[in-house]
Amino acid sequence: MSQRATPPHGGGRITAPLPFPTAARPEVADSQLRANLRRATRTIRGKRQRVVDEVPDWAALRDAGAAIKADVQRRLPELLERFEAAATAAGARVHWARDAAEACRVVVELSRAAGATEVVKVKSMATQEIELNEALAESGIAAYETDLAELIVQLGDDTPSHILVPAIHYNRAQIREIFRRRMADAPPELSDEPRELAEAARTHLRRRFLSAKVAVSGANFAVADTGTLVVVESEGNGRMCLTLPQTLISVVGVEKIVPSFADLEVFLQLLPRSSTGERMNPYTSMWTGVTPGDGPQEVHIVLVDNGRSAVLADPVGRQALSCIRCSACLNVCPVYERAGGHAYGSVYPGPIGAILSPQLTGVADNASLPYASTLCGACYDACPVKINIPEVLIHLRQQAPHPAAERATMRGLSWIMRNPRRYAAALRAARLGTGPLGTSRQRRTGARTLRWLPWPGSAWTQSRDAPLPAPQTFREWWEKR
Amino acid sequence: MRIALFITCVNDIAFPQTGIAVTRILERLGHTVDFPTAQTCCGQMHANTGYRAEALPMVRNYVDVFDRYDAIVTPSGSCTAMVRDQYPHLHPAAASVAARTYELSELLVDVLGVTDVGAEFAERVTYHPTCHGLRMLRLGDKPLALLRQVRGIQLVELGDAEECCGFGGTFALKNPDVSTAMLTDKCRRVLDSGASVLAAADNSCLAHIGGGLGRGRSGVRVMHYAEILASPGAPA
Repeated sequence: MSQRATPPHGGGRITAPLPFPTAARPEVADSQLRANLRRATRTIRGKRQRVVDEVPDWAALRDAGAAIKADVQRRLPELLERFEAAATAAGARVHWARDAAEACRVVVELSRAAGATEVVKVKSMATQEIELNEALAESGIAAYETDLAELIVQLGDDTPSHILVPAIHYNRAQIREIFRRRMADAPPELSDEPRELAEAARTHLRRRFLSAKVAVSGANFAVADTGTLVVVESEGNGRMCLTLPQTLISVVGVEKIVPSFADLEVFLQLLPRSSTGERMNPYTSMWTGVTPGDGPQEVHIVLVDNGRSAVLADPVGRQALSCIRCSACLNVCPVYERAGGHAYGSVYPGPIGAILSPQLTGVADNASLPYASTLCGACYDACPVKINIPEVLIHLRQQAPHPAAERATMRGLSWIMRNPRRYAAALRAARLGTGPLGTSRQRRTGARTLRWLPWPGSAWTQSRDAPLPAPQTFREWWEKR
Repeated sequence: MRIALFITCVNDIAFPQTGIAVTRILERLGHTVDFPTAQTCCGQMHANTGYRAEALPMVRNYVDVFDRYDAIVTPSGSCTAMVRDQYPHLHPAAASVAARTYELSELLVDVLGVTDVGAEFAERVTYHPTCHGLRMLRLGDKPLALLRQVRGIQLVELGDAEECCGFGGTFALKNPDVSTAMLTDKCRRVLDSGASVLAAADNSCLAHIGGGLGRGRSGVRVMHYAEILASPGAPA
């Protein structure tokens, strides 16, 4: 039997530098962050629920979305080649990038060739993933984010903490402070009214749109039949970037393919309702290669793998590639709501990040992320393409490197629990061994708890009393009755 | 109908009163309950923490012990979900016994067609729908339908009821800060409800929330809903 080599893993900003529990600790303690996240996630959750509940065939739409993505995953190479042929025929140039570094190199070379010293950017997860802004800066090319939230994050020298709302961790007073300090042309009397903040950003960006020779975008969808790219957005900044500059470079993950134009009918219903909680997003831009005399005359598409083929090779984990980056799973996740996006250490935070990042990098390099979930299942219920996130989390936990002490404990417990006689003896021993513990009153009533346990039980008793074995186990009661 | 009780390891050692309550409820309704003593643990902790191979012997033991019964009842939504959702993927012959494994409210409401079990419990109670019961078993309001028939009970709403309490098995130990943050919010909602008793279908989640309520000396106690259904005369 021949063994196929595993495709290479990806690089870029997808590896958590610190284990999730360590990174989450200061975030959980940040009262401003907690208030911002609570408020924002609750608001989006409510909006999403309202516009999802009003769709009578939502369940069928989800099934359709999941089915289209599963089909794409079964024949991705063929669809990618079809996309390349159609886009090339329409006047685009298609580039293939194995990983983050290769994708950055392509974009840098294309920008240089276009004579650009600055590029304007449409909000894009793929370019955040490959750390394109940093690569451009190293080559002396300034990348300007034009999405309002991405602009806030960029001006604040920060990283995004949410897929849809990158600046979700800031409230409007904090945003005003960032604008005042870092936006040279911000009005001195700028208030924290959302209207004024947006207007300041609008004025600031307008000049950039008009002067930039090169725009860089991602894409929400890439249609194989026609070679069309699709960007879905709310602010119109994307439309400016996609139409004004002479050169347009789009960085697209290979999983963004949909087979036909008609498939967009499903996703353009699922995506806005799941993400911003709108029936329809304000701007949907679609372009197919070059239209002579209209819009960018040089259109490049960089198809990026960066670990996706490795994800595709795992029959259980590959469903993570169905993700349409709506963020519904982040907004319903109780862990995300408390820890925030930065704790995940990857551009992909929240439940989807906990299954996507470790698969892109290999589980060993992101070993804490599959455990950053209580398996409560809220994400699976909210996902518009029915990614069974708890199932993939459990699957990835099987591959994660386990701490030696934990492994020994688990093996020991399994050895006891697999055998009825050993198991019964262990229950009895646990009851007898803990018999003297607890107060005398507790021993009388049977409801015994402990307020302190040594390590590793201290992780429990730091905030919770611990239950103790009952004075009589159930099986002892049963045998005596 | 031959009904077997799968007590679960957590209940066997720490919450025997819940198993006693299930036995009394079913016997009061005229059924015979069997407790096969060769049962051990369902293996959920191992499987969900990344030790599936170590869980398999427990899965095999469950199938061997329970396959001969018409119905297996468990006072745990989470262990029922382990058996029903995961067993068929872990053991070639588990599908049938998995389909015959019921969480208590499923057995009472769906199989036996009962909602009034003749209980009386004169306290103010709020109910937390635990995640696996809610989103894996889709218990819906079956446990509440049973509680609503209890004489004297005053059921009060729990805010954000469907949000996880932060237990998540080994999550509580591996991510104690996030877990505690979730627990604090859950405890606040319980206190806001004005209830003196918090009921749920899982003693592991209740040990977590109860551990937080106890640490805060809140004066609210936690009970598996089976113990309420077995009242009066339920064990303390």
